[in-house]
Amino acid sequence: MTLVWLILIPFIGGLLCWQTERMGTMLPRWIALGTMLLELAMTLGLWLYGDFRLPEAGGGASQWAMEWRVAWIPRFGIDVHLALDGLSLVLIALTGFLGMLAVVCSWKEIVGRVGFFHLNLLWILGGVVGVFLAIDLFLFFFFWEMMLVPMYFLIALWGHSGSKGNTRIGAATKFFIYTQASGLLMLVAILGLVFAHHAATGEYSFSYDDLRNTPLSDEMAMWLMLGFFIAFAVKLPVVPLHGWLPDAHAQAPTAGSVDLAGILLKTAAYGMLRFALPLFPEASQAFAPIAMGLGVLGIFYGAVLACGQQDIKRLIAYTSISHMGFVLIGIYAGTQLALQGVVMLMVAHAFSAAGLFILSGQIYERLHTRDMTRMGGLWGRLGSLPGFSLCFVAASLGMPGTANFIGEFMVLFGTFPVAPVVVAVSSVGLVLAAIYSLFLMQRVHYGPAQGEEPLAGLDRREYTMMLGLLALVLLFGLYPQPLLETTGAAMSEIQRLFADPALTSTTLPMRAS
Amino acid sequence: MELSMSLLLPLTFLLPLAGTLILALSRGRLGERASATVGVTSLALAALATLLIALRFIAEPRTYGVTLWQWISVGDFQPSIGLALDGLSLTMLGIITGVGFLIHLFAAWYMQGEEGITRFYAYMNLFVFSMVLLVLGDNLLLLFLGWEGVGLCSYLLIGYYYQHSANGWAAFKAFIVTRVGDVFLAIGMFLLFFELGTLDIAEILRRAPEVWAKGDPTVELAALLMLGGAVGKSAQLPLHTWLADAMAGPTPVSALIHAATMVTAGVYLIARMNGVFLLAPDVLQLTGVIGALTLLMAGFAALAQTDIKRVLAYSTMSQIGYMFLALGAGAFDAAVFHLMTHAFFKALLFLSAGAVIISCHHEQDMRRLGGLWRRLPLAYAGFIVGGSALAALPLVSAGFYSKDEILWQELVTDHGGLLLAGMIGAFLTSLYTVRLIILTFHGETKSDNARNAQAGRGLVHGLPLVVLALLSTFLGAWIEPPLEGVLPAPAEGEELWHLILEIVAAAVAIAGIVLGAWLYLRRHDWLAKRTASGWGARLWAFWNQAWGFDALYDRLLVRPYRRLTRLMRGDVIDGLCGLTAKLAWLLHQGLSRTQTGKLRFYATSMVAGATLLLLVLALAP
Repeated sequence: MTLVWLILIPFIGGLLCWQTERMGTMLPRWIALGTMLLELAMTLGLWLYGDFRLPEAGGGASQWAMEWRVAWIPRFGIDVHLALDGLSLVLIALTGFLGMLAVVCSWKEIVGRVGFFHLNLLWILGGVVGVFLAIDLFLFFFFWEMMLVPMYFLIALWGHSGSKGNTRIGAATKFFIYTQASGLLMLVAILGLVFAHHAATGEYSFSYDDLRNTPLSDEMAMWLMLGFFIAFAVKLPVVPLHGWLPDAHAQAPTAGSVDLAGILLKTAAYGMLRFALPLFPEASQAFAPIAMGLGVLGIFYGAVLACGQQDIKRLIAYTSISHMGFVLIGIYAGTQLALQGVVMLMVAHAFSAAGLFILSGQIYERLHTRDMTRMGGLWGRLGSLPGFSLCFVAASLGMPGTANFIGEFMVLFGTFPVAPVVVAVSSVGLVLAAIYSLFLMQRVHYGPAQGEEPLAGLDRREYTMMLGLLALVLLFGLYPQPLLETTGAAMSEIQRLFADPALTSTTLPMRAS
Repeated sequence: MELSMSLLLPLTFLLPLAGTLILALSRGRLGERASATVGVTSLALAALATLLIALRFIAEPRTYGVTLWQWISVGDFQPSIGLALDGLSLTMLGIITGVGFLIHLFAAWYMQGEEGITRFYAYMNLFVFSMVLLVLGDNLLLLFLGWEGVGLCSYLLIGYYYQHSANGWAAFKAFIVTRVGDVFLAIGMFLLFFELGTLDIAEILRRAPEVWAKGDPTVELAALLMLGGAVGKSAQLPLHTWLADAMAGPTPVSALIHAATMVTAGVYLIARMNGVFLLAPDVLQLTGVIGALTLLMAGFAALAQTDIKRVLAYSTMSQIGYMFLALGAGAFDAAVFHLMTHAFFKALLFLSAGAVIISCHHEQDMRRLGGLWRRLPLAYAGFIVGGSALAALPLVSAGFYSKDEILWQELVTDHGGLLLAGMIGAFLTSLYTVRLIILTFHGETKSDNARNAQAGRGLVHGLPLVVLALLSTFLGAWIEPPLEGVLPAPAEGEELWHLILEIVAAAVAIAGIVLGAWLYLRRHDWLAKRTASGWGARLWAFWNQAWGFDALYDRLLVRPYRRLTRLMRGDVIDGLCGLTAKLAWLLHQGLSRTQTGKLRFYATSMVAGATLLLLVLALAP
């Protein structure tokens, strides 16, 4: 039942926030904060008392640390089937933490319809937790679609009407259409898989374990895999399909950006790790060179575009695209080291991107602009905010000592044996990362001050928030082992499925002689 | 014994780190004095810890290892936060904390009355922290942590006066250019780990000869990649362009970058990985050639600078070139010895330059100084002692002994070309050193700032200069780095030839000094005329711009990249995806035109449609 509560708590909390709005604007905030704290505490409890360290002996025993299952629509073999392993636990903990952060950072930013705002915020998080727990494909699809709707409202109702004719409604619509269309592709792929399973066994089932062993022709597997891949690729985002992200980020309120960059993007990587790879190992192997190529493209494309932006939030959005390129490469490298690096990078990017988005939100609250040409020389005027900017910028460019370094370098170390050329080329991305990161510092904080009047420094709420986030970035940068041990078993399972001995005989075309 | 070592070693970097944390978390509550006290004290204690370590080490020289904790553990990938101390690390540690401490102390005088002292010392302490980790790390990943940390701190300190955009861009340039080198080092690490299955330095050095034969293409590639990293950090061709602009920071920062930290990192890396480099003779040869080219290029460039600090910057490039020259000949210990003496005299020169600059109210253009020797005796003495070491004045200066060792090793190992380059470089060095001293301290005083120069006073100002001046004389050359067993033994040769070489080298140095004195004291007007027009002016501009590398890179890399970012700003791919939406919109508009509301139009189109359909059906086979 714990797993069900993990999903229900945010939904119930959201309803409470909505209803208590009439009793004042502070109450919903506290309820939302309490809800996320409870969620986080539950995950941490599971972490402390659960055993995720021992790698399961391959095959026979269950790979899940916890499982919960009741029938939902028996006629089609649809269950409410939830399961937890190290990977989902880490991501749910991340969701809880960033959810809390999202509540705290909108404490003063959001003043209208506070209750409904928090309803949407918490429901996104509830949907995300559902995505991380569901292993019935129908249920997964249900939660996958479910997190879109509140996000749409978050952008459409509380967003900024930004520059150059970009409206928040337009951005929200774009976000919705992109993700909705790709979600439908995934639905088709899921149904295709279920029918193939039906044809082979005579039974309908949406269960992860059943479908994993469905016999498929190579061509069929490739098409179904592509259906999943495209759905996840839009969300990650992978470059030709990234168009929604910069607009959504630029127009979303800070909390929306934090959730978007910190958690929603991670559902895509999770989907690839949990479904695309294990369900279609052979097709994924064959597709790996293309996926890695797309990853490299993403690294460069995101980095180059980030350099050209004037809107600080758009800049950060493009850096996300660049970082997710590394994630994509790591996933399709498929070695234990690379996969562990992917998890680390997901967590690290969540922290650093959240930090940068919160900081740009704080700058916006003080200057009422996100246009970097109207900033400059803020170092002496904003108290400790520029110092924090510096730290998160350093994290974003992969400075050793931060969690981002661990993630990026584990991915690169892990990918090198599989595809050395890809690694060498994407390492150049590290230079580009330095360029866009320092561009941000240079344009926002250095140079002559553009005004005389002093601006408000960080208050205690903001300072504590940033210090906590920074502490986590450094902690996982210097001592990532607890996290790696938690996800170790889950990742070696995925690695085993991906690199099944029977399949590895077909060498990757990218392998060096 | 072991216990106290495992306590002392971490202290050498934890103390500076503690200083950084105290300063960073104070949120501006510390005053100028308190900040300086924290910053200097942490370094003093670190230097003290180093002294104790050195005493222990001398009593019992061996490799000390301390593992603090396991950093990452996934399969074979097992880097730890582990420290290793041997003679080489100890030498580096002594330079970093010792010279670093003197620079920190001097900075307390230099930075009086500047805003943001807290920030300054926080960065400086972090700088030392990173550098100590770099030389103590027992695996490449931890070394890389220090390596990148040094880069970040140099970025922060070069851009310390952030109000001027130019300083920010200089810092930006320094970070990006060295980062290019870092990427090479990173790829080198990936390759080494893939081939050898470990990142532990001692283990790499042990396994490398087992896996690779001498000259194996893989080991050549690995060494080449590491050389790329070293070239970036040590400001050698072709990644040297950042160092001259790095002058934007406060002068003690330059002293720290040029003497105790940062630029020596590349030399340290190659000396540390000597086992790998010895397996790659071609790359070793390339190292020597890079050193030779850099020392000549920088020597000529130093002749045509007008800013005191820029002359010193190019002299650093050139001196590091000598170290690369030595590395190229496989004389690792000669390189490290020169690294040490260079740290002493370059720190002395920069701090003396700092004394001049502050005394003359932030005037650092030599064309507006001059005749200062009477007003600033201590700085003058610093320049004389430091300059003679830089020019390798025979017998009395520390620089003579270390540079002589390098040239001797070139001769013994049959590197005639490199030796020649070293000799020409020595001549150039004497020439620009004399020019620097004469233009700054002799002749007539050329500006009010210089006329009103006020000599610095006090222990904080004087002590570092005096100590460094003593170390820059032959006294400093008496310190023998305990490198036996860590680095390959130097090659031996006939003593007679050594003596002849010493005499020739001494003659070259003195010839440069005499010619320089004659040119800049007696024929200065003639020289000024020659460089004012025609070929002389062109050559002057060319050398002043340091052979035009900046312009070249600007044209080849910077501008195309900027153009690319501007071109792509609007997100081309997103625009293409947007076409779908546009198409739907056009379709919508086209079709909505047909909805006219006129009955006659509807009837006509219905009939036309039906006719068309029937025709198609009738004509279809």
